[in-house]
Amino acid sequence: MRVKFTVNGEERTADDVWEGESLLYVLRERLGLPGAKNACEQGECGSCTVYLDDTPVCACLVAAGQVQDREVRTVEGLGSEEELDPVQQAFIERGAVQCGFCTPGLIVAAHDLIRRNPCPKDAEIREALAGNLCRCTGYEKIIDAVHTAAAHSRGEATS
Amino acid sequence: MDFIRPTSLAEALRAKAEVPEAVPIAGGTDVMVELNFDRRRPPALLDLNAVGEIAKWSEVDGRIRLGAAVPYVRVIDELGDRLPGLAMAARTVGSPQIRNRGTVGGNLAAASPAGDSHPPLLASDAVVEVASVRGTRTIPITEFYLGVKRSALEPDELITAVLLPPADGPQQFSKVGTRNAMVIAVCSFAVALHPASGTVGTGLGSAAPTPRRAPEAEDYIAGELSALWQSPAPLADSVLRRFGELVGAAAQPIDDVRGSAAYRRHALAVLARRTLGWAWHDYCEGRVTACA
Ligand SMILES: Cc1cc2nc3c(=O)[nH]c(=O)nc-3n(C[C@H](O)[C@H](O)[C@H](O)COP(=O)(O)OP(=O)(O)OC[C@H]3O[C@@H](n4cnc5c(N)ncnc54)[C@H](O)[C@@H]3O)c2cc1C
Ligand code: FES
Ligand code: FES
Repeated sequence: MRVKFTVNGEERTADDVWEGESLLYVLRERLGLPGAKNACEQGECGSCTVYLDDTPVCACLVAAGQVQDREVRTVEGLGSEEELDPVQQAFIERGAVQCGFCTPGLIVAAHDLIRRNPCPKDAEIREALAGNLCRCTGYEKIIDAVHTAAAHSRGEATS
Repeated sequence: MDFIRPTSLAEALRAKAEVPEAVPIAGGTDVMVELNFDRRRPPALLDLNAVGEIAKWSEVDGRIRLGAAVPYVRVIDELGDRLPGLAMAARTVGSPQIRNRGTVGGNLAAASPAGDSHPPLLASDAVVEVASVRGTRTIPITEFYLGVKRSALEPDELITAVLLPPADGPQQFSKVGTRNAMVIAVCSFAVALHPASGTVGTGLGSAAPTPRRAPEAEDYIAGELSALWQSPAPLADSVLRRFGELVGAAAQPIDDVRGSAAYRRHALAVLARRTLGWAWHDYCEGRVTACA
């Protein structure tokens, strides 16, 4: 089947989509957007997190046909190479990226948290990121990065 | 495989009548896992995301009518005050991403004994509203679950809503698992105090082939509380323990990878004792003068 939807502000069409295919597969294999990662395909790891109509979801658990005429925003749509999103910048600054596999999903989840809660506390960050697994960092640097990103987004300087 | 995308309930029901084997997909958090892992190859998917009628909630004749496709995040954000037990259970489901998509209707249709919606729905005497081209009917929640992953839903029917009274007293939900997020309940328990009728509702999860209530525990505690609703006083530890024992006795758990039957029975007794204690404490707090 054919699926037409908006990705990162651009109207895109995917053809020959199998009816049982996931949004994640369409993004990665048909539209050349490998940002969202494929790790578990069962909603456990969060590495495939994208916005669907402004709500973070696991792209592996959305059927491709369900996004027809809707809006998807992936990590590729958050910043540009010239100007990173404050969350992306903070992950680099704070050393929150090791192998990087979990990073795109965490960036989207953290981006959503900061939009909703400009001053998140540690417990709120842990809760918001509970659906994103990282096997490298031990999470401490990620939590630092979210605090930094929140401060940047509030327009505060950080050391 | 076909992908059917109705934009109204009538259209969805017609499609389900024409192809009863079509698998409805709402949040997809159960269905997509089965598809991704080749566990299921249905002839068609019936997408419910564009069926507006089942994606909203309203108050009808003093009851909340919660559309089957309302995601958990909205139950938490919008109904926490009116349906505190269900909202507490919803907060424990999966992760934010899962709660943004997963629905109570999907949880009901999946009818897993471990589903977190079931205990609070049982404790509040919910009614499941289902529809087909033949018409709409309501099923009391205690008659909805027929066995492990089996429900009273007919092949041509869809769940349209669940109807339940807004809380008339404190409610609690508790679940045992290895961490706070992303946990299928080892066992779970919900309690709802109904001061208006002098009754107490219970719901047990992961405790038997189907979610179930603990009628003997409910009768026992209603008896103990009958003199206390008007002049609340702290409950004796022996009463809380007896309530817990009766809840444990109502379970018919199994040994599996998540826990042994004996552990589940014990844990249910502990959950029941604690949640009743918390709920009764809240009730007393609401009547501070009488319960010093
Ligand atoms: C990582 C992860 C964590 C999870 N954690 C939990 C948890 O903590 N607690 C818990 O209870 N569950 C959990 N689940 C399971 C799942 O999220 C829930 O059961 C959820 O409520 C399913 O809702 P859904 O809308 O996503 O269902 P779907 O996957 O869309 O559908 C589930 C089933 O219901 C049917 N269905 C859906 N809507 C209707 C309808 N309106 N009428 C008739 N049939 C319908 C479908 O055909 C399917 O058989 C988890 C799942 C994942 C992937
Ligand atoms: S790949 Fe989607 S949650 Fe892991
Ligand atoms: S950086 Fe490797 S999984 Fe998180």
